[in-house]
Amino acid sequence: MTDLQELYQQVILDHNKSPRNFGALENAASAEGFNPLCGDSIKLYLVVNDGMVEDLRFEGSGCAISKASASIMTTLVKGKSVSEAQKMFDVFHNLVTEGADAGNDSVELGKMAVFEGVREFPARVKCASLAWHTLHNALLGKESVASTE
Amino acid sequence: MSQIETLGAEQTHSQRESRLDVEKIRKEFPILRQRPHGKPLVYLDNAATTQKPQSVIDAVASYYSEANSNIHRGVHYLSEKATNIYESARKRAQRFVNAPDSREIIFVRGTTEAINLVCSSYGGTHIGEGDEVIISHMEHHSNIVPWQMLCQRTGAILRVIPINEEGELRMDEFAKLLGPRTKFVSVVHVSNSLGTINPVKQIVEMAHAQGVPVLVDGAQSTPHMKIDVQDLGCDFYTCSGHKVFGPTGIGFLYGKSEHLDVMPPYHGGGDMIKYVSFDKTVYNELPYKFEAGTPNISGVAGLAAAFDFIDDIGHAAIEAHELELLRYGAEKIGAIDGLRLIGTAQHKASVISFVMDDIHSHDIGTFVDHEGVAIRVGHHCTQPVMQHFGVPATSRASFAFYNTRSEIDTLINALHKVIDIFRG
Repeated sequence: MTDLQELYQQVILDHNKSPRNFGALENAASAEGFNPLCGDSIKLYLVVNDGMVEDLRFEGSGCAISKASASIMTTLVKGKSVSEAQKMFDVFHNLVTEGADAGNDSVELGKMAVFEGVREFPARVKCASLAWHTLHNALLGKESVASTE
Repeated sequence: MSQIETLGAEQTHSQRESRLDVEKIRKEFPILRQRPHGKPLVYLDNAATTQKPQSVIDAVASYYSEANSNIHRGVHYLSEKATNIYESARKRAQRFVNAPDSREIIFVRGTTEAINLVCSSYGGTHIGEGDEVIISHMEHHSNIVPWQMLCQRTGAILRVIPINEEGELRMDEFAKLLGPRTKFVSVVHVSNSLGTINPVKQIVEMAHAQGVPVLVDGAQSTPHMKIDVQDLGCDFYTCSGHKVFGPTGIGFLYGKSEHLDVMPPYHGGGDMIKYVSFDKTVYNELPYKFEAGTPNISGVAGLAAAFDFIDDIGHAAIEAHELELLRYGAEKIGAIDGLRLIGTAQHKASVISFVMDDIHSHDIGTFVDHEGVAIRVGHHCTQPVMQHFGVPATSRASFAFYNTRSEIDTLINALHKVIDIFRG
């Protein structure tokens, strides 16, 4: 079960059990993401001022991987600039599709590193990416429902 | 749960009379020797697709090595051989569901295409603005979306038979929905996500009393029970080959000739015509009118072999064995702490859907896969059913005649491992 333990690291299980920044945010912009494959859904609430993500919360239902990914994402992105957040999206996307060594040399993976094992589970990449895709679309100002399909 | 047990008790007599030799049957399925993640394969995803016995694989291969040719056109040796394989398979399919006439068997890609054919050809000519089509809350998306598309095109209205908390059709509500505007009823025989066996004979009787034709989606019933379309009295019945141990991409539509004769073709092309000029085309007769283009001949050869395989085992033995698995599985799986069974109908096929309060189905699926166990997780192409039970997804174990009690034990052990890690 080595690669399975790699996928379900304690950090992921912790965030699944007690997700950070979970729940609705009043007077905030929102964006929704949906994974048609498994029915996972997420709603992100953002407060963006002067190019800074001042506040970020989420709610929804999903597997441990998608919930932990959303939870960790909120802790990483809160307080960062929009351009930094977009850079993080690229880093995360590379991490779960290509692996840690693929063109991310200059970037600190930090807490994202726990998702490196996802790459070995192609069926679960979409779970890990849902929150990030939703954020990406929200920051680009796209229509509010993101899909991992 | 007690209802399932009661049903099981009633069946023990036939079970004693027709035991099947599971170990012998398993040897006929080469894929069951696979070892995913180094563990023996426990294949419990039969409602998604079934595995293929060697005889089906051989029938497909020998068609290509000994008979490959186009059908209905050549005068040469191979073409006659291929045509014989194809047309005798039609008679085989006719026998499989006891259709009165082999002209009433139309080969299609599967149930999805069969429903689309009826929806487009029958619906397009018989259903108009303000007319109503009745389906049920437990339909697979393939028996929802084509009718929605028809309704959008024509201005017809879709009505839905509700289900109760056990996952059974509300027949009282169906009686209320049937009315002078009802032009068609399309219902699933066995639910893929709940396992419920619907009272389709009663549905047909009620609809026919109002002069309304009925399509029965047989994708999930044909692997489990003997189908007699004359006894059911339905107007259309559908079958997907890959669900009945046959190849993918082949299936059939049974339709009463009184309907098929007056329905326009679904696809235009070769083989479905008698005469073509630029002024006018005369369509071929049944069943060829609905089979444009070179069909899936190898698939049809494999499908006939699958029907032979099932009938050799016998439906009585299959039903008794699967019912025992269902009873055992529902009791053992249902006893797991914090687990809720979804779909507890009195009459069920061997499908067990469940959810756990604190562990998402997707995580369960990944963990049990690493123990060699294949189950389906997700919405099973029945999102309205998920909405009814207020869950985003379920885990589903579905059994075939080659499954065993010890495989159910392997699933349960795997579930306990997931629980240890998540609740640990």
